[in-house]
Amino acid sequence: MIEVQELTKRYGDRVAVDGISFTAEDGEILGFLGPNGAGKSTTMRMLTGFLPPSAGSASVAGYDVVREADDVRRHIGYLPENPPLYPEMTVRSYLTFVAKLKGVARGRVRGACDDAIERMGLGDVAGRLLAHLSKGFKQRVGLAQALVHDPAVLVLDEPTIGLDPRQIIEIRSLIRGLSGNRTVILSTHILPEVSQICDKVVVINEGRVICEDSRENLTKDATLEEVFLRLITADTARRESTAQPPEGAEPA
Amino acid sequence: MIRNVLTIAGREFRSIFTSPIAYVVLTGFLLLGGWFFFNLVARFNLLVSLYSSFQQMGDAANQLNLNEFVVAPLLQNLAVILVILVPMITMRSFAEEKRTGTYELLLTSPIGTGQIVVGKFLGAAGFITIMVALTGIYGWILVAYGNPEVGVMLAGYLGLLLLALALVAVGLFASSLTENQIIAAVTGLVMLLLLFVIAWPADSAGEPVASILRYISVTEHFSEMVQGIIDTKSLIYFSSMVVGWMFLTQRSVESIRWR
Repeated sequence: MIEVQELTKRYGDRVAVDGISFTAEDGEILGFLGPNGAGKSTTMRMLTGFLPPSAGSASVAGYDVVREADDVRRHIGYLPENPPLYPEMTVRSYLTFVAKLKGVARGRVRGACDDAIERMGLGDVAGRLLAHLSKGFKQRVGLAQALVHDPAVLVLDEPTIGLDPRQIIEIRSLIRGLSGNRTVILSTHILPEVSQICDKVVVINEGRVICEDSRENLTKDATLEEVFLRLITADTARRESTAQPPEGAEPA
Repeated sequence: MIRNVLTIAGREFRSIFTSPIAYVVLTGFLLLGGWFFFNLVARFNLLVSLYSSFQQMGDAANQLNLNEFVVAPLLQNLAVILVILVPMITMRSFAEEKRTGTYELLLTSPIGTGQIVVGKFLGAAGFITIMVALTGIYGWILVAYGNPEVGVMLAGYLGLLLLALALVAVGLFASSLTENQIIAAVTGLVMLLLLFVIAWPADSAGEPVASILRYISVTEHFSEMVQGIIDTKSLIYFSSMVVGWMFLTQRSVESIRWR
């Protein structure tokens, strides 16, 4: 499971993520929703231990992301926005490399790779170079590397971006099949994706959580598109009205 | 822990060999090395025949020796070529991973940044060692057809290898600073050239600046080894170069966590 409390990331004066909190239970698929630049990737990078938070705390699978970073890294599978592939490697040698890197026991490396290859339907391309794979297959290899060490938590950053409709459907059904008793958190700005695969939705805008609810509740009396637009517009309007007037502005 | 280092090193080493850059660098290195060797031997041959054609200089001809006239200049030239070529090999190591995003995979794996740096160093060092070892053929030819002092020659080759390893560590550091390979290569090259010529003002500078500059300079320690002197001071120098630059590289990799 994932517990995030008041997580904040500042770059100098700019606040990319501004005190967000949410939780995701075991076996839940959480959709992390927001416009581009809302802070989705930054949050995920903090959860995976790639970036340290400026303030706040988060725990993944029971480990603190700052104090127990290596334990978190052992129990988390992460697919960044661009799948982290070495073009000169074959699918199998790449997955073997990742399995070793993630600390899979020596005797189990082979089995873990076979497993990931089978689950992601990569059997036919296992011996091919990553450079020669189609985008859809690259994404599948990306998913395979995220789950090769059988992590308790999967973090997927825009897993269907740039794929064609058929590949999107394939990837979505693969992700649904992955959950089981894992926690999956996936970011997206494609709304149908959320309605199709997620149990829970967290909407963020400009670094803040503006809504955290189950999908059923959100879509009870409106489509997700309507809810999303209403939330974002209301939040942006509220921000503008509370914003300080620029210095030197004429008093009303 | 050692397994992590070897995993990184193995991938790095194989990846160098699958890149065309490696073959271009290796071919260029051996081509230039062969050219130097041929010319040095030819010049040596000319000197020997010139000297021995004068009866009264018969003694002088005996004083010509292969170590001084062929091996030493050959190693010096190879060292200069290494200064130029090592950054071409090391430029990819971190820069490429940052550009393609595999850096995120490495840094979100349960392995320390120190292990990543040591692994990458070993991978690149493995390739460079092969490069240096292949130039051993020139030494072997000399031993087979002439009578160089083998001990002195081996000390020189050891010096070349240690020098190459130090260059690799500097190159890695340059690569860790950027995600642009060209910038990594140029930064590495400039740093290495500086290390090579840093002792130039030593003759006119007073003490203690002069001895400090001489100590920092790669050239001083390397030249000693080429003359056949294996001083612990030089060994310490080269190992502290490797360790020191790797430490800086680790700091530079780790620095993403400070921002």
